[in-house]
Amino acid sequence: MRFRQVSALFGAAPSSLRVLAAVLGLLPGALMATAPAEHTLPSEHNLKDLFYGEAMFQAYQHNYFDAIVELDTELEQYHHLDEPERDPFTAHLGQAEFGVGDLELSYRMHREAGRAIEAVLKGDVPQPVRNEAAYRLAKIQYHKQQPRNALHALEMIHGRVPERVRPQEQFLRAQVYMELGRFAEAVAILDDLKGDKSLDGFVEYNLGIALLKSGEEERGVVELTALGKRSSSDAAQQALYDKTNLLLGYYLMDAGQLELARPYFDRVHLEGPFSNRALLGAGWVEARAGRYDRALVPWKMLQARQGTNEAVQEAMLAVPYAYGKLDVHSTAAINYGRALDAFGREIDTLNSSIKSIREGKFLEALRRKEADQVQNWVVALRQLPGAPETHYLLDLMASNDYQEFLRNYHDLNDLYERNESWLDSLKSYENLIDLRRAYYEPLLPDLDHKFRQLDARIKVRIEQRDKFAARIDQMLVSRRPEYLAKAEEQRALLSLKQMHAQLTPASSDSTRQRIARLAGVLNWRLATEYDQRLTDAYKHLQELNKEIEALQAVYQSYVRSRQAATQSYVGYNETIHRLRAQLQNTQGRLKTLMARQGNMLETLAVNELDRRRAQLESYQIKARFALADSYDRANELQEQREDQRKIEKHKASEGEPLPQDNPPELEAPDSQEGGEQ
Amino acid sequence: MFRILQITIFMLLSSVVFAQSAQNVSRDQIRGLDEQIQDVKKDVIGLTSELDQLEEKLLFPSNTQVSFFVSLADASAFNLESVEVKLDNKVVAHHLYTFREIEALQKGGVQKIFTGNLQAGSHPLQVSFIGKSESGSERRANASYQVDKAVGPKFVEIKIAGAESAINFKDW
Repeated sequence: MRFRQVSALFGAAPSSLRVLAAVLGLLPGALMATAPAEHTLPSEHNLKDLFYGEAMFQAYQHNYFDAIVELDTELEQYHHLDEPERDPFTAHLGQAEFGVGDLELSYRMHREAGRAIEAVLKGDVPQPVRNEAAYRLAKIQYHKQQPRNALHALEMIHGRVPERVRPQEQFLRAQVYMELGRFAEAVAILDDLKGDKSLDGFVEYNLGIALLKSGEEERGVVELTALGKRSSSDAAQQALYDKTNLLLGYYLMDAGQLELARPYFDRVHLEGPFSNRALLGAGWVEARAGRYDRALVPWKMLQARQGTNEAVQEAMLAVPYAYGKLDVHSTAAINYGRALDAFGREIDTLNSSIKSIREGKFLEALRRKEADQVQNWVVALRQLPGAPETHYLLDLMASNDYQEFLRNYHDLNDLYERNESWLDSLKSYENLIDLRRAYYEPLLPDLDHKFRQLDARIKVRIEQRDKFAARIDQMLVSRRPEYLAKAEEQRALLSLKQMHAQLTPASSDSTRQRIARLAGVLNWRLATEYDQRLTDAYKHLQELNKEIEALQAVYQSYVRSRQAATQSYVGYNETIHRLRAQLQNTQGRLKTLMARQGNMLETLAVNELDRRRAQLESYQIKARFALADSYDRANELQEQREDQRKIEKHKASEGEPLPQDNPPELEAPDSQEGGEQ
Repeated sequence: MFRILQITIFMLLSSVVFAQSAQNVSRDQIRGLDEQIQDVKKDVIGLTSELDQLEEKLLFPSNTQVSFFVSLADASAFNLESVEVKLDNKVVAHHLYTFREIEALQKGGVQKIFTGNLQAGSHPLQVSFIGKSESGSERRANASYQVDKAVGPKFVEIKIAGAESAINFKDW
């Protein structure tokens, strides 16, 4: 009777069952161990496009936003090219399209990722690519807790899946089957997957769970035991083994197999995240077996740990309870007293934490720069003055939903800050544009004047060139020596022509002969030097071409400079105004969403703290009653001992011989009595 | 006394159950908010892409644009610590690498270390790096290159071979 009463008071059994339920997983999502996300972005050492490499540089650092922006921009530019197949980005196109989907998934944009992958599925792509896309779509559906849709996507897979994602695809299929309660099918897949290095441990864990759930309990325990016996220097891997041992320990304890349960608790590493619950479980196994002295060993170890932990708080009551069962009521009373003090302090901490959250300090801390730089910032922020005690929120924070909320809140805050920075930049751009306009606009009229002069020179040269070129072309067809006459020769020819025209019948023969001889000399020279002169003329034409090219280069350079100058300040205003309006509109939306997401985070945190406070208050009441009870029992025991002591003393005094004679003072003197009378 | 305890426990349990039911934020609420967050993320991605292009056009027009990219020659466990880039004998970039950046480079990522404007013509480029090999020994090297800038944008890849203490350049 007393045992039942105290158990109910402590809530020990329900608490253990709660842990058991959580570990064994009444909720399907909680029962499986999820393998670490595979690196769907393969290492890239055969780079054909620098900008793809740059996007990957961001992606490998988990800067998903930057990576998506860069890949999206690259893909958009690529699809707008006239001959995209000639662009080096073609070599990475497939990876980039899948990569965007993966990155969107990592950036918690499941809908977009799903759309991108569905687009691949609808496209004309080879079957292996289609299979990989179907796998990725299934992964998204599974992540969105839609196992039926995930299975539907997996059923689209026909033939072989690319080798690098094959084990993951099989593992996902098994997880989906488990979610849908089809444990036998999951067991078959997981049996085949055993031995895969990339999923080492996760396959065995899920196989064990699937076996337990499918009714093959004995095999399930064997699988899980084998996994739990492993040891690793990797903290995450070791945590999985610890989780396995804890699960089996509680499973066996619940089944009443107390002797078998204890070693599983003992195997859990004392430094790991499951150590507190393991110590608690180890104590309860012993307590249930009636070995309270042995239960005290793990419980006392637990009692000295971080006072905010639920298991530790339970141990604070369990220790005096065990002392009570051992009839050491005074020690039990002292421990109850300590527990009451500790609970009082923790309730105060919880009250101030709730107040801090309601004052917005939790969200304020989440928005700080350290959030991106300090690992486990949400836990570390407790050290800030006035910040809530986040140790109380660890379990809540470990849940998938809360993690998603936290990341989304971070993302929204990050986007808000980026947009603020863009708004500042837009202001600077406008200043820059004004400065450029103020500098270039006065210069342009003078430049334009010089440009027109240059333009005129070029036109003259081009006309000359065209004329010479036409003449040379003509001369190549028909010989025209006079075209190649030098200026003085042309003048001489003209003079001779005029002289010849001025000749009269009275002119002497010697004059006629002289003019004819001079004309003959000139024509001879032109005729004999014709080829050389034609070659020279062709060379001069080439030189003229060069001169024109140089002038045209100056012209082009001027055009470019003028264009660059005008383009540096013309045509931006409208774009900037539009972008600013869009940014401001987005900022409004971001603020609203941040407030809503923040409110959800705060509400859940306050609810969790409320729950813990209520639990501590109930512990306080239990401890008070138990303390009183311990005092009663201690007093009772003390009285019993006192009585016993008296009886023993009495018995001891009975052993002495009774006095036979009265002491002299009790003897009545006969003479005195007679005398008085 | 036991009866009083039972009543107390019942009341306490009721209050805990109430607290737990209040904790539930509805799934529809969560889904609705999540979808709106996804929408806003999509919009900001589009907006940022447009802003990036505007910024590039405004600050680094294609006729003067020059960019330098850093990559590692192989996936060896060489830890790059810092890189300094001098263009026209002026330091234009000096970068100290974080663990994540080193890892990203080792996986084949390419870091854009500098973007600026340059007039057409030849310009001397000097690059130096400091790093540590797998065994922990220090590696350092420097190398020169000539950037021939023409009318279009210029992209130069600086490929660091840590194991050989060498730097190679590639025009893109």
